[in-house]
Amino acid sequence: MTRTIAVALDGAGWHPAAWRESDARPRELFTARYWLDLVRTAEKGGVDFVTIEDSLGLQSAAFARPDDRIDQVRGRLDALLIASFVAPLTSRIGLIPTVTTTHTEPFHVATALQTLDFASLGRAGWRPQVSGSATDASLIGRRSFPPLTIDQLSTAEGIALQESLFGEAREAIEVVRRLWDSWEDDAIIRDASTGRFIDRDKLHYADFEGEYFSVKGTSITPRSPQGQPLVTVLAHQRIPYELAATSADIVYVTPRTDAAATFIRDEVRDAEARVGRAGRPLSLYADLVVLLEDSPAAARSALDRLDEQNGTPLASDALIFAGTPDGLIDQLDAWTALGYDGFRLRPARLPHDLVAITEKVLPRLGREDAAASDGRTLRERLGFGRAENRHASTPASSTSATSTRETAA
Amino acid sequence: MTTTPRQVHLAAHFPGVNNTTIWSDPSSLSQVDFSSFEHFARNAERGRFDYLFLAEGLRLREHRGLIHDLDVVGRPNTLAILAAVAAVTEHIGLVGTLSATFNEPYELARQLATLDHLSNGRAGWNVVTSSDAFHGANFRRGGFLDHNDRYTRAAEFVSLAKEFWDSWSEDAVVADAATGRFLADDAIDTVSHQGAQFDVTGRFSVPRSPQGYPVIVQAGDSPDGRDFAARHAEVIFSLHSAFEAGRTFYSDVKGRLAGWGRTEDSLKILPGATFVIGDSAADAAEKARETTLAQVSHQTAISTLEQVWGRDLSSYDADGPLPDAEPDLDGPGISRGRARHTRDVGALVASWRELAEAEDLSIRELVIRTTGRQSFVGTPDHIASEIDRFVQNRASDGFVIVPTTNPYGLDEFVDRVIPLLQERGVYRTEYAEEATLRENLGLPDPQPARAEVRDVG
Repeated sequence: MTRTIAVALDGAGWHPAAWRESDARPRELFTARYWLDLVRTAEKGGVDFVTIEDSLGLQSAAFARPDDRIDQVRGRLDALLIASFVAPLTSRIGLIPTVTTTHTEPFHVATALQTLDFASLGRAGWRPQVSGSATDASLIGRRSFPPLTIDQLSTAEGIALQESLFGEAREAIEVVRRLWDSWEDDAIIRDASTGRFIDRDKLHYADFEGEYFSVKGTSITPRSPQGQPLVTVLAHQRIPYELAATSADIVYVTPRTDAAATFIRDEVRDAEARVGRAGRPLSLYADLVVLLEDSPAAARSALDRLDEQNGTPLASDALIFAGTPDGLIDQLDAWTALGYDGFRLRPARLPHDLVAITEKVLPRLGREDAAASDGRTLRERLGFGRAENRHASTPASSTSATSTRETAA
Repeated sequence: MTTTPRQVHLAAHFPGVNNTTIWSDPSSLSQVDFSSFEHFARNAERGRFDYLFLAEGLRLREHRGLIHDLDVVGRPNTLAILAAVAAVTEHIGLVGTLSATFNEPYELARQLATLDHLSNGRAGWNVVTSSDAFHGANFRRGGFLDHNDRYTRAAEFVSLAKEFWDSWSEDAVVADAATGRFLADDAIDTVSHQGAQFDVTGRFSVPRSPQGYPVIVQAGDSPDGRDFAARHAEVIFSLHSAFEAGRTFYSDVKGRLAGWGRTEDSLKILPGATFVIGDSAADAAEKARETTLAQVSHQTAISTLEQVWGRDLSSYDADGPLPDAEPDLDGPGISRGRARHTRDVGALVASWRELAEAEDLSIRELVIRTTGRQSFVGTPDHIASEIDRFVQNRASDGFVIVPTTNPYGLDEFVDRVIPLLQERGVYRTEYAEEATLRENLGLPDPQPARAEVRDVG
């Protein structure tokens, strides 16, 4: 069966004590070499794509507020720029950085992802993320958010904040997608006889005016190899499910049991129906934190050791799978049978569990040879068709850059 | 005893989106494909250039209400392409133009610190201050900034960014597995800044980068711009590429440094310069003529005239005489997204008419005469000696070399001019091992602001 295996890269791994492992490289977390090695390991092992985690502010063990811990990894590099660096030095693997929608300019985000798509020859994607913390907002200083605890998220105030953040994210994705289509593929003509470099009839303003912001367009960057890089959203409940259903190509969800896997699958499909999603359904991926050893007892003991170092048991939104490669494959098979299209594995320890995934899990999944994806875009690799440009088959409309031609000429 | 001659510093300007760049040349390739940037940057590195320079425009230019279509259009995102170029180069600096108006200090500081980490200390930032509503329409906060406040914001932006860059101690990351300490005690200061432009509090998320912070480049020429440069800039991308004007500018700006407690060496002045290389003076002159004809097509000649006249002149023949029509001095202008003509338009038109009449020039010939000038035209030896003369006589510290074609336009300069500069002993033959951009430029290390504050406190 075809299913996608992605790996989520974050610091020294998803366990807060992972940096203390003997094969960890904690002093190299802020170097290009570290990230290149990780992505190359994943690529060589046949991983379909990596995501790179990010956050606007400094990491914290507390929810939405700073902490003073010095026993966990603090500090990170910008994920989109890590992906951009890695792009020319890899050739098959998809590169999907996390980029916040709350405090960034959609115009910059759009052109940066287009540029990643050019530099990777069509292997870019995006994981938009909202940044709702008061701490993050005060780093920008243009607005303030109420400091909420995790329990307050389900109060009326918490829900209102989420509706607003995700509404803004929906607009940001819409703007970015319009900008990605703002040049038709054949807009550059280099016609020396008329002196024209572009056919401006094939450039279009985004002309987006939303509740949260307006963006005129056109993108400064021509349409990129994939046209529309894949948009992927991590979602845990109704509001983000609906964002994914409205705006994304792939949704990552976090079931912890078979029953939850079924329930969440249905919730996602319901959300698609509610928002009237047309076209290809969301690709449904489950996230799992993965810690792999050759025996269940060894895995248990490794997790216990890490938990003890951290002082508290690992907490995660996703299922924590600490076990053997065969056990993980059984788990993936079970959820594949429930309708999951892929999995995003979060290695508890880097590079340890990434290496285990590539050496002990992927070879047993009966996937095609990694080299078969040479020269394919990420969309092609994952079975998405070429992204048609919304403007390609229509004559110049009212949003066209040429709309004033008659009066101006 | 002989003294070491002053050393030449060179930057390589990736061909831009104005008519300097000749896209109709058969060798011209994509302005956005990564392979173009890879070739251009690697070639500049082969020529031991100090840095690669990228311009930026945050909205496509418009002419008569339409997207301007006669020049190269479109470019990549500055930060993302520089991060990708960092992967395929080893020594050359990576300087991007980034707006202090349409970015936020925390976010941009984070991106530039990341670029400095990824490139092992090769990042630079050309600070620009666009403020108009035309560009603002592409951004969520719009064209919010009064033109007069643009340097106020830029100065506060750079100061705040430096606070973030200085907020991690040099040895913050200890990563001692045995004791379980990832960070040293008091590794990260909380930045708290309340100013006219920014009200920001919090901790920075990127450890101190190899250079501490990127090399600060600036290009403004107004008195405010010169003061900003004297305070913050480490390199000026100057407009003054003629010898005497260069000397005047050089002494003016360097004279302002002492007021900020800075030495003359702490700021390099690099004017932009184009070049045409020939086997003889006559050959170079002929090639320069061809280059200029390619840069000023019939359509570009009319378009250039329209920018000055401020009105539609499309019915005129570029090979014919200047229009009788008077310029529209009070209108809104015809061109958006490029630097404005700040000179007296009426006087400019009068002088152009006088010149055209005196020498019987067509529109295209006039535009070529008035705008199509190449900085250095001659044999490799002539160009090398001119560059050397500028630098030894303090008309500049070197140049930002602007080729006319992408991506191969710099190759001949590297092949033929660079070796002559090296023979003269005024230009590096190898990069220093592990040198940062700031070290290659011969600039002093940034002030260890955090340490100083601590000692005082």
